[in-house]
Amino acid sequence: MKHTHKLLILMFSFVLFSCGNDKKNNQVNYSTKKAPVKKEVQKEKPKEASVEKKETTANVDLSNKGIGPVKSLDISGAIDQKLVDEGKELFKNKCSACHRTNRKFIGPNPTGVFDRRSPEWVMNMIINPEEMLKKDPIAKALLIEYNGSPMANQNVSEKEARAIVEYFRTLK
Amino acid sequence: MKNIIKSTLLLVATSLFFIGCGNNGGKEQKKGGALGSNVAEKVYIAPGEHDEFYAFVSGGFSGQLAVYGLPSGRLFKVIPVFSVDAEKAWGFNEETKPMLNTSHGFIPWDDAHHPDISQTAGEIDGRYVYINGNNTPRIAKIDLTTFETTEIIEIPNSAGNHSSSYVTENTEYVVAGTRFGVPVPQRDISIKEYKGNFKGALSFLKVDPEDGGMEIDFQILMPGFDYDKAHPGRGNSHGWFFFTTYNSEEANTLLEVNASQNDKDFIAAVNWQMIAEYVKNGGGKKMPANYAHNVYDEHTHQATSTMKKEVLVVNPAEVPGAIYFLPTPKSPHGCDVDPSGEYIVGSGKLSADVTVHSFSKMVKAIEEEKFAGEAYGIPIIDFEAVNAGSVKQAGLGPLHTEFDNEGNGYTTFFISSEVVKWKLGTWEVIDRKPTYYSVGHLMIPGGNSRKPFGKYLLAMNKITKDRYLPTGPEVTQSAQLYDISGEKMELLLDFPTVGEPHYAAGCPADLIKPRSRKIFKLEENKHPYVVTNEMDARVERKGNEVHIYMTMIRSHFAPDNIEGVKVGDKVYFHVTNLEQDYDVPHGVSMIGANTSELLIMPGQTETFVWEPKQVGVWPFYCTDFCSALHQEMQGYVRVSPKDSPIKLSWSLDGE
Repeated sequence: MKHTHKLLILMFSFVLFSCGNDKKNNQVNYSTKKAPVKKEVQKEKPKEASVEKKETTANVDLSNKGIGPVKSLDISGAIDQKLVDEGKELFKNKCSACHRTNRKFIGPNPTGVFDRRSPEWVMNMIINPEEMLKKDPIAKALLIEYNGSPMANQNVSEKEARAIVEYFRTLK
Repeated sequence: MKNIIKSTLLLVATSLFFIGCGNNGGKEQKKGGALGSNVAEKVYIAPGEHDEFYAFVSGGFSGQLAVYGLPSGRLFKVIPVFSVDAEKAWGFNEETKPMLNTSHGFIPWDDAHHPDISQTAGEIDGRYVYINGNNTPRIAKIDLTTFETTEIIEIPNSAGNHSSSYVTENTEYVVAGTRFGVPVPQRDISIKEYKGNFKGALSFLKVDPEDGGMEIDFQILMPGFDYDKAHPGRGNSHGWFFFTTYNSEEANTLLEVNASQNDKDFIAAVNWQMIAEYVKNGGGKKMPANYAHNVYDEHTHQATSTMKKEVLVVNPAEVPGAIYFLPTPKSPHGCDVDPSGEYIVGSGKLSADVTVHSFSKMVKAIEEEKFAGEAYGIPIIDFEAVNAGSVKQAGLGPLHTEFDNEGNGYTTFFISSEVVKWKLGTWEVIDRKPTYYSVGHLMIPGGNSRKPFGKYLLAMNKITKDRYLPTGPEVTQSAQLYDISGEKMELLLDFPTVGEPHYAAGCPADLIKPRSRKIFKLEENKHPYVVTNEMDARVERKGNEVHIYMTMIRSHFAPDNIEGVKVGDKVYFHVTNLEQDYDVPHGVSMIGANTSELLIMPGQTETFVWEPKQVGVWPFYCTDFCSALHQEMQGYVRVSPKDSPIKLSWSLDGE
């Protein structure tokens, strides 16, 4: 009887192990792994527990355009202030519950996002979060990094997402 | 090794047993039993697939309306209508409490009876369901884009609102007929003075073609009979409404005996178009009344209740030629009109026959003045002059009839527990199938319209006895699904219902599915306490009232730490769900709050009140599992003593 149990555990371990190996994107996941939260927190704030507020360390990848309707977007032109204002208002109403422009919150801080991500990726992540979270390696890594808190679909149109991108361009 | 041999033997034996069973099943099928091997396939909806029909089944004494899929019999939703529902905060949150207001005050319950789907050109259009509250007379409207009750109107001068809530063929009117005769206006008189003094009001509620909204256009003050069931004319008979009556004896005690004396009672034929015209031209009389009209606005996400003080009444004698009585044996219950509008079926529950009247014969009899007398000035048409025929001795206790699209009627028989299929015109019985047991209503999707979808028949049973696992003295009521696509009916499925179903309405899912709402848009939210972003979340004090403007999104509340609330305060949680994605509701509940949870849809705002009685730090949390971090979706309110100097403050993550 004892043997059976041991055998079962052993078999189960193999199943898990082989599953892990099958996942193609595991490397991305591992590469985003950071030092345990506790250690850092203890250095900064020894007395109270708190959520770590550091920026995301997910791979910088400007070639990944994400998955969704936006295939190519050039944002090298002059800032369109009207679009920025529109985007700022949209950001306040549809995004700010999870994203803050001065710190890491429920999700990443959008300030400087175009140093890390392509504008197409950002738009597709806003418009098409469900598919991105299932298939895009960066989105998948971020989901793990942000404690399984999924990017919510806020029914933002492509036009609105473009305005939000314009607003992100002005964040310093 | 011995074990293996034993096992093999057992396996072989079992297989043989199963094969034997299969053969028996085949034999039973030939006998016409409900064990055909393809029956399961007929009701099987594969995981992820959708049903072909919606069925809206009244919840009877539950006061609600249940939404099922057919043919699977799967329950999707129980829509709260006349009874409070803690799960959905119906009647518990501040927004929906006014929906249950009446002239008698807040009433948390009613007895829901006859749902009917709105129609355009005599066909079901899938926009609204109307349903009557029987006990404290009311009619409700359910919007089929949100599957929520958006209007409830009280019916004055009425009691036992039973011959209700059927719609005319373009949803011009919804009717609400009284079962009880009552003094009109209500006054302090002896019950013995019933005869001649009590009236039976038939109310016609005009429907706004834009939003389905109701108002009482007029009430006909009929003699004090009991108006039991009703159905509208259609096709040629459009413009007429038919009501069965019993207690034409006008008994006021032991009706079981005293209202069962006459061999024939009546079907009242009411030319509502004529009376509507009369009223439009200034006819009728306004009388003082007091009734509630409650409307829910999907933009403010709030209901308002208005007390109406007047109602227009019409005495039948004022409009000669508008109302006739058709003699019908005996204490007729169901009053059903076939898809062509020619036949009016009165199921005499104390008669063995189903009586069928002819609309064209009725028109002719009126022209030729073939009257057998009158009751309170209303002409009684000669029975032979209006009768088209009857389905003879088809069973015991006929109650209700629906129709398919091939000229057949289907009548339920309560006492003999069966559904009988018969042919319109020849009145011959074609088939009969048992029900389990004591069937009341039946429903064929579209069966009360010009265009029935004659594929399924749903029979609704009052009694189930041994049909399900027992659950103590109270056992479930049930519905049974029959395939009616062939010459013979075939029983496919039994399933339990919510409460006791009185009637149902059904239609193809495609009429409703594409228009079903997914979210409420935040930018269209006009709730007075809405906050559309976290930056505006705040707490305000007005005397001892504390208003929390709170938001929720996966997976936190803002604010989630509140201090400065004191014992004796009345704390309003106005909570907005900031999600804009399909199927992401959040819930919220507060320890010790004397109310229900809130269950808030994306883009919606709801409010509950908490009156903290004890000092301490009290938590609240999300009640609807919303994400992997649902358990983290929580917060605290600090409650200080009444005279505490602590100022009101709030925060989320220190901000």
